[in-house]
Amino acid sequence: MLDTKEALIPVVGVVTDIRIDTPDVKTFRVVTKDGKKAFEHKPGQCAMLSIPGVGEAMFSITSSPTNTEFMEFSIKKCGCVTEWLHSMEVGQQITIRGPYGKPFPVDTEFVGHDMLFIAGGIGLAPLRSVINYCRHYRDRYGKIDIVYGSRSMQDLVDYKEIIDEWSKDSGVNVHLTIDREQPEWNGHVGFVPNYVKELGFSTDKTAILCGPPIMIKFTLAGLQELGFDKTQVYTTMELRMKCGIGKCGRCNIGSKYVCKDGPVFRCDEIDELPDEY
Amino acid sequence: MRKILLKSIDSLFEKIAENETLYMPQDTKSGAKFEKWQMGAKLSDALNTVRSAKDFFFPQTENLMDFKVEGKNIEVIDTRSETEDFVVFGVRACDVKSFDILDRVFLSEPVDTYYKNRREHAVIMSVACTKPVETCFCQTFDIDAANPEGDIVCYKTDDMLYMDAKTEKGEKLLSTLNDITESADETAVNEQKKVIKERLSKLPLANLTADKFGSGKTSEFFDASEWGELSQVCLGCGTCTFVCPTCQCYDIKDFSTGHGVKRFRCWDSCMYSDFTKMSAGQPRLTQLERFRQRFMHKLVYYPTNNDGLFSCVGCGRCLSKCPIQMNIVKVMKKLGGKENA
Repeated sequence: MLDTKEALIPVVGVVTDIRIDTPDVKTFRVVTKDGKKAFEHKPGQCAMLSIPGVGEAMFSITSSPTNTEFMEFSIKKCGCVTEWLHSMEVGQQITIRGPYGKPFPVDTEFVGHDMLFIAGGIGLAPLRSVINYCRHYRDRYGKIDIVYGSRSMQDLVDYKEIIDEWSKDSGVNVHLTIDREQPEWNGHVGFVPNYVKELGFSTDKTAILCGPPIMIKFTLAGLQELGFDKTQVYTTMELRMKCGIGKCGRCNIGSKYVCKDGPVFRCDEIDELPDEY
Repeated sequence: MRKILLKSIDSLFEKIAENETLYMPQDTKSGAKFEKWQMGAKLSDALNTVRSAKDFFFPQTENLMDFKVEGKNIEVIDTRSETEDFVVFGVRACDVKSFDILDRVFLSEPVDTYYKNRREHAVIMSVACTKPVETCFCQTFDIDAANPEGDIVCYKTDDMLYMDAKTEKGEKLLSTLNDITESADETAVNEQKKVIKERLSKLPLANLTADKFGSGKTSEFFDASEWGELSQVCLGCGTCTFVCPTCQCYDIKDFSTGHGVKRFRCWDSCMYSDFTKMSAGQPRLTQLERFRQRFMHKLVYYPTNNDGLFSCVGCGRCLSKCPIQMNIVKVMKKLGGKENA
């Protein structure tokens, strides 16, 4: 008998809200045709979005699983599919399938720990899901530090939520930085890896890093200088994907498939993979 | 065990085709190919088909689903349907083994229903290799060309075809052929197996071993300096991946028909530069990296995830088809140490 469920066949999603975050990042709110969440997910997991005729691509789910009404995706305009997504208007239907990948261990390893989130640019997108999950279940985690940097003030994703919500929470410290001086900016100026070293965090924290590969490389080195072990640091990997279920072969690196064995990896696990990412 | 005179083999095909769609190797302008049986069709004498038998379960292109697009609205149309039963005659031991290798990819959770549907409806009639050739090296991967797997295993002697049902599906099919076949004992088949084993032991690649490779050997081979020399000649044409019975990488592409959108799955190749290319960057910039990926996957990564099983069956198609004569045997000889030199 033909199975009714096929992983590659998506459901239809409706874009109900589009927020302009930065000159090249928009956040899209998506629900199913009957106004529900398409599926449940865990922080760090991804979904395949597609516009039939244009293509399908993998995106991290930006909203927290604790949001019961909708899903959000913060997407940077950088290719064919994302360009099309950026040209959409509210009410546009797209297709969605997932969730894919191994989430952050929010209900196991992270419990009881002080959390240090470090993001660069659009790298905040996958972390926003974890940050809001930790904020929702505040008493399960210790102190929360968030270091976030971007090219300019205008390139900080979720700036309003960071200022109006995150930085007002007790036990949550937000440290923002931008690459170059700007007249309207009173905060820190400088690259994320240096800022992390300047802030000099105590080494009993669990760190989560997300951003461009070069930022991850230098920040990880900085954390190690501060005395962090790679087993305390988590990050996410990005490789091209088509199926999302470990079969099409594209995201294969060593014996792992980023779509199902990742995208979340502990930094010592990445050391075991061949160096080609 | 049943038998039929080779000179009456056409009546066997005719009988099978009365009830089922039958495919078997036939000679075409482009070499031996699995083609649908029709009255008058002749079984090819070639040892193996140009393309592997994976096409039956994982075709080169297939329609996954359709979409109806109207303004801002999208409708997803599930185009899947139950496949009809079919019989494939003449699959060699190497290709039958490739089904096991593909099963572990496509039938692992979440199951690929397109593949599973075809797999469940197929009856495989394998044929032992009476005359293996110099490009054959299935023995390297513990595949026995004298004892193939399959629903019905067939043996050709000088004048007879012997058929031994190995599964329920096979028994069911073989029982429908009782009118035209005779009961047989194993004497002739056992004799034939001995002949095949003797021939296998004399093949030029009979002593090729994969012992050096396998599960967990990534760091041992990934940075080997030999990859440079081996990959230097590679044209990146991808022929090896297309004729390979175990290569299963695929692409998903949409095609606008004017009235809607068809989503297709097509074979893809890790030998191509755009296979891993993203807007965020290209992790495998050179042919060396892409070449290495293909062989590391077959000899190390796949075994790591599949209890040591290699993702090569030694069919030899890449040996005969690569335009610059580069192949997995050369890779294994170069990297596999003294025993293979």
